[in-house]
Amino acid sequence: MTLPYQVGSGTKFFMNFPVTERSHTLEAYRARGGYKALTRVLQEGMQPTDVTKEVSASGILGHGGAAFPAGRKWGVIKLNDGEPHYVCMNADEGEPGTFKDRWLLEHVPHMCLEGLIIASYALMGRHGFIYIRGEFDLAYRRMRDAIEEAYAAGLLGENIMGSGYSLDVVLYQGAGSYVCGEASAMLASLEGKKGWPRNRPPRLTVKGLYQKPTVVNNVETLANVPVIIGQGVEVFRAVGTPKSPGTQMISISGHIARPGVYEVEYGYSWEKFLYEDCGGMQGGKALKCVIPGGVSTKILNADELKGVTLDHNSALAAGSQLGSGGMIAIAEGTCMVRLARVIQRFYHHESCGQCTPCREGMGWMERVLDRIVRGQGRPEDIDRLYYISNANDGTTICSLGDSAGYAVTAILDHYREEFEYYVKNGRSMFDGQLTVEDPFAESLATWHALNPGQLSPTLAAGGHHG
Amino acid sequence: MTSTMTSIQHLIPEFERWKTRYPAGFEGSLTIPCLHRIQQERGYIADSDIDELVAYLGVPRTQVDEVLGFYTMFTRTPRGRHHLQVCHNASCSLRGAEGLVAHLCLKLGIRPGETTSDGAFTLTTVECLASCGTAPMMMVNEAYHENLTPATVDALLEELAR
Ligand SMILES: Cc1cc2nc3c(=O)[nH]c(=O)nc-3n(C[C@H](O)[C@H](O)[C@H](O)COP(=O)(O)O)c2cc1C
Ligand code: SF4
Ligand code: FES
Repeated sequence: MTLPYQVGSGTKFFMNFPVTERSHTLEAYRARGGYKALTRVLQEGMQPTDVTKEVSASGILGHGGAAFPAGRKWGVIKLNDGEPHYVCMNADEGEPGTFKDRWLLEHVPHMCLEGLIIASYALMGRHGFIYIRGEFDLAYRRMRDAIEEAYAAGLLGENIMGSGYSLDVVLYQGAGSYVCGEASAMLASLEGKKGWPRNRPPRLTVKGLYQKPTVVNNVETLANVPVIIGQGVEVFRAVGTPKSPGTQMISISGHIARPGVYEVEYGYSWEKFLYEDCGGMQGGKALKCVIPGGVSTKILNADELKGVTLDHNSALAAGSQLGSGGMIAIAEGTCMVRLARVIQRFYHHESCGQCTPCREGMGWMERVLDRIVRGQGRPEDIDRLYYISNANDGTTICSLGDSAGYAVTAILDHYREEFEYYVKNGRSMFDGQLTVEDPFAESLATWHALNPGQLSPTLAAGGHHG
Repeated sequence: MTSTMTSIQHLIPEFERWKTRYPAGFEGSLTIPCLHRIQQERGYIADSDIDELVAYLGVPRTQVDEVLGFYTMFTRTPRGRHHLQVCHNASCSLRGAEGLVAHLCLKLGIRPGETTSDGAFTLTTVECLASCGTAPMMMVNEAYHENLTPATVDALLEELAR
């Protein structure tokens, strides 16, 4: 099954064609002007440095979560250092709430691939990698088929388009680990090892895959490269805001009337997006808050969204970030304590355990939240959550531990009274409600009747390591 | 390491073909793809698979052991014929993941982490599968099943049990 296809207003670089059974194929992509950018690069005498210059001039910011300028990352690679250089497409999409890369992989796999080929040329790489989530099924098959089509058409392999440039691409499946989305963990995984992030420096652009200079970019970042090179920097920069040029793929889920993937121009009104394009909340409910860009970004409540636009600076000024574009809308009446518990279970499960503050802190925070949702919280538990989160901040190798702290304390900052109420009364202010419409309400009620005193079938005691 | 265990030797020509697209010296990288392929055939990773893979790739045994311990998709023991993996992360919880798990527990008579006595179904809860917009959802072996309702789940279970 493919994802729902959503259309909003504004320029579309990706969602600009009708999705059909064959619109993802090489033939269809070429009919839409696909691989014209690669043709320009390889047959009109563009030098690798010219490509990087254009990508830098475009001002494109990475779409993997940290919004790092792609051109600046590429610019670190020394083209004549005699070393092999690798470009890796990060298709490990695991940030809860995020499913836009999956849309790109399923619907425009060739555009992602064309971006990878151009990036590899710009960095004079002979091998490129696509690290794709192990669970992905259709996205994996679509990308695998796209690569084979590209080889058969002479767009990959030896002497591409007769240019003398050669590139092999490996499609590499992950095996179930969120932290492998972190760039250095991803490279460890690509070396066939457990996915442990590592400290910088050295940066990955200096010592990356097998100690060789490596650029890791998100799927969407690379998919934008054919737009920049094919349609031109001016066309690209004409969309969005001066500081956040182009478009952003936003995947929206939760209590929203029309969940799905949307492509918006940076600078678009956040409220218009939610209330008009996405149809407002399920069942006509009021909006309580949103998680802007994956659970690792700080929540913003309905008031804080007033007048905010969907671009990096505006989101930052409002107190959060656009992150990975994985937006989760939460309706009035939702129990934020219970939701925080669900989110913290995830971080505990995914901590790789390498750094003491993260390994211990994730489990500790989960235990505290678990105790609260079981009605056994203690008054000091709320401050304890802040304390653990602070102890994590900046003391760990990757930002997983930090993110968990920000995510949970942002919920506390906004809804402290819900936590206090839960601790004081031993029960939720909102009956532990997580859904607006629950298709399985009847089964859940039966389950509760059969399992008296038990919290829920999914909130098992403590964390678990799979 | 029983003598009845099938060998992985027949997969080696396929592994050799993969190598042609890797740079030289990347043998160790094949650890994860090879384990995926072996598990696809056998349903889990047996002791003999590890021995053969270590011998074939020339990687340290500890590397393979660590990989098997680290990644949740790999299993050292057989799972049920149908592995039901329900996402219980934030977006799915907001759309009824708890009820979906309750429904499956009631239908199958097991809890998350368990397998039905006939070996047909294993139920697991997992983290975000990038299907948040079509929640609640679950994976059944490799396939995603989205926007689930009691009716679609029941029909699916019936079809799988056949
Ligand atoms: C715990 C963790 C998980 C991450 N997961 C992803 C991911 O799934 N996909 C992704 O593109 N970036 C992810 N990142 C960010 C990457 O480390 C890296 O910054 C990004 O892939 C760079 O691409 P970009 O510059 O094009 O944004 C993650 C980071 C952390 C700390
Ligand atoms: S912060 Fe957590 S996930 Fe990241 S490297 Fe340290 S222990 Fe691992
Ligand atoms: S939260 Fe369930 S698929 Fe993302």
